[in-house]
Amino acid sequence: MVELRDVTFGYGGRIVLDGLSFAVARGKVTALMGASGGGKTTALRLIGGQQRALRGQVLFDGADVGVMSDTQLYAARRRMGMLFQFGALFTDLSVFENVAFPLREHTRLSEPLIRDIVLMKLGAVGLRGARDLMPAQISGGMARRVALARAIALDPELVMYDEPFAGLDPISLGTAARLIRRLNDALGITSIVVSHDVAETFQIADHVVILADGRVAAQGTPDEVRVSPDPLVRQFVGVDADGPVRFHYPGPSVAQDFGVEGQR
Amino acid sequence: MSWWRPSDVGLAVRGQLADMGYAARFLWRIVSLLGPCSRRFGLVRDQIHFLGNYSLAIIAVSGLFVGFVLALQGYNILQRYGSSEAVGMMVALSLLRELGPVVTALLFAGRAGTSLTAEIGLMKAGEQFSAMEMMAVDPVQRIIAPRFWAGVIVVPLLTAVFNAVGVMGGWIVSVPMIGVDPGAFWSQMQGGVDWWSDLGNGVAKSVVFGVAVTFIALLQGYVAKPTADGVAHATTRTVVMASLMVLGLDFLLTAMMFTY
Repeated sequence: MVELRDVTFGYGGRIVLDGLSFAVARGKVTALMGASGGGKTTALRLIGGQQRALRGQVLFDGADVGVMSDTQLYAARRRMGMLFQFGALFTDLSVFENVAFPLREHTRLSEPLIRDIVLMKLGAVGLRGARDLMPAQISGGMARRVALARAIALDPELVMYDEPFAGLDPISLGTAARLIRRLNDALGITSIVVSHDVAETFQIADHVVILADGRVAAQGTPDEVRVSPDPLVRQFVGVDADGPVRFHYPGPSVAQDFGVEGQR
Repeated sequence: MSWWRPSDVGLAVRGQLADMGYAARFLWRIVSLLGPCSRRFGLVRDQIHFLGNYSLAIIAVSGLFVGFVLALQGYNILQRYGSSEAVGMMVALSLLRELGPVVTALLFAGRAGTSLTAEIGLMKAGEQFSAMEMMAVDPVQRIIAPRFWAGVIVVPLLTAVFNAVGVMGGWIVSVPMIGVDPGAFWSQMQGGVDWWSDLGNGVAKSVVFGVAVTFIALLQGYVAKPTADGVAHATTRTVVMASLMVLGLDFLLTAMMFTY
């Protein structure tokens, strides 16, 4: 469904992705994991065409997103849904109107039909009763579920989740994780989940890709990744407490900072 | 770092030119979206309603007091020459030619312009524009352009309200309070105000100010850093830049319109 081939990308000279290659299988939940700032969200932006790769190809259903015209890109995006980290709901529209937004923009459906679709999508995320609330009146977890309903309003083939678990309490977190899995299976969509929450993500993912330094450090099923020999992966999935990623930001040594060196 | 070093001056000039070029391209993009906006006029209409209502109270109250003051000052000067009946004409000309368009635009910048900047900036900060792009909807077409055209339509309308209320304010002070003859008040006004050169030029000014203020407000919101700090700075810049722009443009327009 989606394939990245040797993709390099950077912001203003700083390389974020360096020869990244991985594939996302149709109908599966693929998790994209790694430490913060490791280029996970950037990979999503490349797939959505919001950024273009400096080198390499980003294929969506066989077509290179990086060389599409605006019209082609907008056509491709209508087949994608994206859930932003904090939902990115339109603050001036109610929950109902937020979910109705893509329908009103892209279809000429009648008002009763739009109402039915919106209520069905809200029902799928368990928020049919919250239709008249404004985004400011709902919690962060609910906002993300509304955003999910909005992302699936046009029945996309691919749904991308950017940090769907960040900042959620344990109950909302479990709900969100199960919801992603259930929607994936029930609607037959392909899901890409960007996350650094190991426990929840390993439960729902079919395939895990771990990014480090802009390339793939390990990939496979959750069980395969757990037994990976790579020290960084072992530290990330919580097998080793310490590893290549240090607690201390690089700097002068303790002895130098506190002046206990060289003045005996 | 010293500002007179040629390399710094060059860098500053290049930065300014790049900003101006970006602004010009942004304006052109908005203007060229007139077609889609007129096809979905509901979006523009909602914004006209919103922006107009936002500023209506402050415009009406200011207009009333400006009318009061104009009548008081005008009477004070005109009665020295025994032509206090001309106070109606003086109030009307001051309002239509200068104060109506200028004060309305300044108030609009402070009331509606800042809210536009903050709204756009916060939408950007909340990734709402990215979300819209990912839904294959162009945010400039869906959000920015309707607000621009609404501002261009609403500023002349508010100017008309300001002028009308101002004339009434002038009448209240002149006729019932000071005792100027009402017939002379109105007939002097009717005789002294020309359709084209006074009313027409005033409307032209208010349209230009509407374009300038709304565009500056939207641009500042659009290029604001997507943080609380960035939005706060952008809001301040909107007021400062829009006010200076209105006063500067007013001088240029007056020089072109009223020198013959």
